[in-house]
Amino acid sequence: MAPFDMTATFGAVGSALVFGLFGFGFGAVLELGGFGDTRKLAGQFYLRDMTVLKVMFTGIVVAAVLVAGATGLGLLDMSRVWVNPTFLWPGILGGLIMGVGFILGGFCPGTSVVAASTLKIDGALFLLGALAGVWLFGETVGSYETFFISSNMGRFTLPDWLGLPTGVTLVLVVLMALAMFWMGELAEAHWGAGKAWSEIDLRPRGGKALAAGGLALASVVVALIGQPTPARKFELLGEAARKPVEERAIFVHPAEVVALRKDINVQVVTLDLRDEHDFNLFHVGGAYRVDPQALLTPAGLKPVLEAPASTVTFLVGNGEGSALSTWKSLKALGAQNLYVIEGGVNGWLEKYAAPACVAAPDPRGTDQASAADALAWRFGYATGDALPAAWPELPVSHAFRVPCAEPVSVDRGGHEGITWPAYTFEKKVKLQSKAAVKGGCG
Amino acid sequence: MSEATSMPAAPAGTTTPSASPAGTSEAPAQAAAARGPRPYLNPYLAGTLLGVVLFLSFYVTGGGLGASAAMSRVQTGVLDLVAPGHVDRVAYFAEMAGGHRNPWLNSAIWMMVGTILGGATSGLFNGRFKPEFRKGPNITTGTRVVFALLGGAIMGYGARLARGCTSGQALSGGAVLSVGSWAFAMAIFASAYAVAWFVRRLWN
Repeated sequence: MAPFDMTATFGAVGSALVFGLFGFGFGAVLELGGFGDTRKLAGQFYLRDMTVLKVMFTGIVVAAVLVAGATGLGLLDMSRVWVNPTFLWPGILGGLIMGVGFILGGFCPGTSVVAASTLKIDGALFLLGALAGVWLFGETVGSYETFFISSNMGRFTLPDWLGLPTGVTLVLVVLMALAMFWMGELAEAHWGAGKAWSEIDLRPRGGKALAAGGLALASVVVALIGQPTPARKFELLGEAARKPVEERAIFVHPAEVVALRKDINVQVVTLDLRDEHDFNLFHVGGAYRVDPQALLTPAGLKPVLEAPASTVTFLVGNGEGSALSTWKSLKALGAQNLYVIEGGVNGWLEKYAAPACVAAPDPRGTDQASAADALAWRFGYATGDALPAAWPELPVSHAFRVPCAEPVSVDRGGHEGITWPAYTFEKKVKLQSKAAVKGGCG
Repeated sequence: MSEATSMPAAPAGTTTPSASPAGTSEAPAQAAAARGPRPYLNPYLAGTLLGVVLFLSFYVTGGGLGASAAMSRVQTGVLDLVAPGHVDRVAYFAEMAGGHRNPWLNSAIWMMVGTILGGATSGLFNGRFKPEFRKGPNITTGTRVVFALLGGAIMGYGARLARGCTSGQALSGGAVLSVGSWAFAMAIFASAYAVAWFVRRLWN
């Protein structure tokens, strides 16, 4: 599924050519639209000539409809598309500064490149100034780094913010753009062509009305198609995504989890997908209980998708069923370094058993319980992660509760002398960093 | 926008001296230059084409269009030739060109090269590829030079602070509905409109 892994698909030279080709289209279209002429650009801010508004926002909404349409039809994997992260206040301040530069210099960076490419001397001068500006920024940003990296909201989109489906947001954005175009036309007729307000025909006519209707209709169609659910998206990802599941490459032996927890270079996060009852009876040491549905909401996804590259996230259920389906959904949404604990909590307790006086095996047997995603042990009371079995890497801990008839003693420090079998396992966790897809301004 | 505000002395229909002399080769470009500049494309059509190019860029490369990253790399690359030690010590530059990192071999640079070629090609076929100096009708050349440089510097500075320019942040981020990109786009327009009245002499 698109987008493509550039160097793997086209080679180093080929991908350079592809980027060059898109640049070529970009430059040509800007030139055709009149963005190489500084007076046309400046005219925008005296309401004479609304070309900037029209070209730019037509470009944005047309691309937005096409992108959302392509993801809706399962042709484009949005999780691998670069969405500019939101650094709200540095972005707004940068925008305010750029607005001043725009009206003083009469270009923005991209348009000055186009102006210079058609030998416009003022464009080349602006470009020179811009190079000085980016240099000055590099020299000075170190002195206010904290502001530069502040208000980082990560990948944060209008649908996330409004809590609306992507398609509905898209329709609203298109309608807003059309309203802006309409006002732009009126402004141009009055301040550009010098017509009195009374002479201006308020109704959009002919080709413009038709095009506006077509665009609005297209956005409604995209909204009706909707976006694929995470589970459906996983199916669309096809063979490459299914293979690790079929080869069981994503199921990690409990002993490997324990070994990774001892590795100071790796941050291990365990997400327990079971209900509160089972979680309280026993869970893997340090696990967080999360609701599988809540995990797929924007707020739930954020910590998983934006975890540092040194973080390994394990999903665990009683068996493997619920963890696997959540794994597929998260994978489809772009999660990295995500694995499932082999055999779930039942598998864990087979390797690292709870004392017999605390938990008795379910008469149905582990396999049957795991198939039903049910806990295969009957606990006498809630142990949380206060049993040594939850922390096999710790020989002693004051947090351990001494089970059964023995009195609790802080001084004894729990269960001295428990030794777990040394399991051999196939290493499956391979740390990967997110493919560095970056936009033109990365 | 009328041609009356045009700065160059050459009226429409004449080629400027520095354009290559008329010849039989490069016939379409020469013919275009001889006819004078063609009118610009309908802005909605140009915008639609821009949207299609932007979408294709997202579809194939996973990223949008942009210009300021390439500028930053060109600037860092030049600085790396002059003062490599300094580049290594300033974190912002070192990220692009520290040690053995090559700031030139980067997708943003390829895109910038393409943008220049695309702009030049379109200009060539539409009779707009000629040295010109454009400014508002009531200011001197010197004033325009100063404000082009100053405006460029302010724009370049702001573009890096905002992590992108009008194309890389507002256009590309806007199309994938990033909240920050929309806030940024509003900020540019708001600020330019707010200042426009005070500097109206530059353009009117």
